[in-house]
Amino acid sequence: MHEMSIALAVVEQVESADRPAGAGTVNSVRLQVGELAGVVPDALAFSFELACAGTVLEGAELITEPVPARARCGPCAQTWPVGMPPQLSCPGCGGATTELLSGRELQIVRVCWNDAPAHVPIPEER
Amino acid sequence: MCRVVDLQQAVLAKNDACAHTLREDLAARGTAVVNLLSSPGSGKTALLERELTLARSRDIPVAALTADLATENDAVRLARSGVPVKQVLTDGLCHLEAEMLGGHLHGWLPADTRLLFIENVGNLVCPASYDLGETLRIVLASVTEGEDKPLKYPTAFGLAHLVVVTKTDIAEAVAFDEAEFRANVERINPGVEVVLTSARRGEGDGVLVDRALAARDGAPVHIPVMTRKSHHVHDADDGQPRDEGHPHGEGHSHHRDHTHAPRAQDGGPARTSDSGTVASSRS
Repeated sequence: MHEMSIALAVVEQVESADRPAGAGTVNSVRLQVGELAGVVPDALAFSFELACAGTVLEGAELITEPVPARARCGPCAQTWPVGMPPQLSCPGCGGATTELLSGRELQIVRVCWNDAPAHVPIPEER
Repeated sequence: MCRVVDLQQAVLAKNDACAHTLREDLAARGTAVVNLLSSPGSGKTALLERELTLARSRDIPVAALTADLATENDAVRLARSGVPVKQVLTDGLCHLEAEMLGGHLHGWLPADTRLLFIENVGNLVCPASYDLGETLRIVLASVTEGEDKPLKYPTAFGLAHLVVVTKTDIAEAVAFDEAEFRANVERINPGVEVVLTSARRGEGDGVLVDRALAARDGAPVHIPVMTRKSHHVHDADDGQPRDEGHPHGEGHSHHRDHTHAPRAQDGGPARTSDSGTVASSRS
């Protein structure tokens, strides 16, 4: 299970990305996960929660957008959903010059940041 | 209220960048890397030992790095060939990553190495996502594993530059259906070459070294469908949620991130010990 490594990579990239002014913690991260990316969304969600602990992403929601895999045969100009297990030779002509149109995505699309709490002087305790 | 930032970054961008740098650095010194992937017990080590021995007898400078969760058994076996061998213990991690590999090569890989064989952790799932800067990715399956192995592990077989069948000496005993296996490979990775080997009988001897040398010297390498770039088409039925407030047509650039992946911050090198030609370290 390499989803923990993937989750840590997501956290690392979000932490090192530019933040909008006034941003506090991360509210949510939107990820595209292609059907052929070799990543299991449930396992990733589990790992993500652990990977976020103690970071600016702690408690952030992981929103995964599944991306179906589609392919196109050059000579036939036919496109098809490749399915699982994938059919990557052309179902029409059997040709091997297929192009994959989608399905390998493993991409951070967007990060939603919470506003930092307004700076209110904290009353002295004690 | 939320502040939204469109990142559009491949999750594995860091690994891909490390792999790219590693590939260029090694190419500049004339070294090609071969990444060997298979299930545990497919016969990677036996086949590799033969290939290393053969390369040495032909005076081709080769080296091998083998990764396992535990034990140095594989490195000990490979070292019998007499070439430089390094054992990497991953301490439970199921795959190698590019940065990790770069760290292990630093200070160990002999400068004149022409071919470096990486015996990845025995696992057909996780290692498939990580580019190690290899010139050639080879996926192996033994005749005992079933003809449908390529269908069960499409990412691994779909990204292979070469598919190697091992243990053909027992193919008859286990009723291995070669035609069916080949058809399944063709479905997942049309056009990829499939070669038959038996480390015991010597079938296919030298095929790894020959293919790797050819690739190193610039012969064309198969391009799997899964890595072929194309324009991303948002078909009407592709089921992707459209987000409000996020104009489309901004050119979602999927496809940079093919094979691979990223980072390797876990890892402190805990130990490097040499015994004979065997080096070892943890990642």
